[in-house]
Amino acid sequence: MAITKTIRPGLIQIRVLDLDETLDFYKNIIGLDEVGRTSDGRVMLKTYDEFDHHSVVLRKADEAGLDYVAFKMVSEEALEQAKLDTEKFGYPVEVASDEQPGFGKRYSFKLCTGHTIQLYHEVELASDYPMLRNPDPWKEEPRGIRAQRFDHLLCYGPNIAEAERYFMEVLGMFAPEVCNTDDGKRFATWLTGGNKAHDIAFVEYEQPGKMHHFAFYLQDWNDIGHAADLIGKYRVKRDVGPTRHAITRGQTIYFWEPSGNRIETYAGGYAAYPDNPQRVWDVSEVGRGLFYYEGELIPSFLSVVS
Amino acid sequence: MEYTILDVETNESFNCREDEPLLSAMKRTHKGPIQYGCGGGGCGVCKIHVLNGDFICFKKMSRAHISSEEYADHIVLSCCIKPTSNLIIKKFSQD
Repeated sequence: MAITKTIRPGLIQIRVLDLDETLDFYKNIIGLDEVGRTSDGRVMLKTYDEFDHHSVVLRKADEAGLDYVAFKMVSEEALEQAKLDTEKFGYPVEVASDEQPGFGKRYSFKLCTGHTIQLYHEVELASDYPMLRNPDPWKEEPRGIRAQRFDHLLCYGPNIAEAERYFMEVLGMFAPEVCNTDDGKRFATWLTGGNKAHDIAFVEYEQPGKMHHFAFYLQDWNDIGHAADLIGKYRVKRDVGPTRHAITRGQTIYFWEPSGNRIETYAGGYAAYPDNPQRVWDVSEVGRGLFYYEGELIPSFLSVVS
Repeated sequence: MEYTILDVETNESFNCREDEPLLSAMKRTHKGPIQYGCGGGGCGVCKIHVLNGDFICFKKMSRAHISSEEYADHIVLSCCIKPTSNLIIKKFSQD
């Protein structure tokens, strides 16, 4: 399937309470490489398997949580069209003014759920990216849990039905899977712009702008087991897993980094196609949908956010 | 060195070592207002009120969950403090 509008969430900026301790975690447990620092001291990181300049930025702040996530559009034309369509949809758009080395123009706006979303097209290749000619799977053995890419995020906030409509109408995404309340309202939605099971997901929540987790893709279930070994060895605060989702079919572990942002390690998941019928969950069954082996909801999963 | 922590709501006491996060002592002894999420000061679930006694805050707490006024009033996250005296505590409630 050709991706026609939105390639992927390619950049995420996270607030951390203790920069040194949290950075050490991202480098040595998650296995990210430090790309450099901005003039105001934010740290740029990427996985060993990503091509673009950087994908994860840590900003030292008084609160944990999400600053913004940025989606890479397929072309300059698609970016400009998305800007116009975002305004037409009703969200005022501005050009992002914070420094992101390697990135071209980024448009920024606030979604009804309270999350800041950015759109961009231009980004430089990283100085160190995967091999292209007769390539090995990696140049050097990956560190830590061997994160391959920043994969997706789950946002909590109000009015996710409108957010879903935005991502479908403006960014050309579709929702392979949704969850509805008994009276037919959206409780959760999983959205993708390509073949991944999800690029972004939302859960209906009273407080705006909250992040439930962001996820790194791991190669397979074996690497999920390896990640669990590191979680045990380094006494990482685990939330749930290793287990499997019925929703998206992914294999997973959830845990918290030292600043209290929840991270998921995600592997597998089905290939999403826009012509396939949508899968629908009743909210009474969502515990089983999220945690297929446990067969029920883990209470901390729905109530703890940053 | 160990300190005695009294939970006024259950009237139960437990010990906390001076080098031990208060939340860890609650989990070890199964006493006190045990309720927690991230363990990193970011999610605010383990919020408590220290009514009496001294402590150190060894880890930064998210301002989204503990305002400076609350901190001045000894409202804290139990994963981020260690006692430096006996404490009297209770689970945080809005009123």
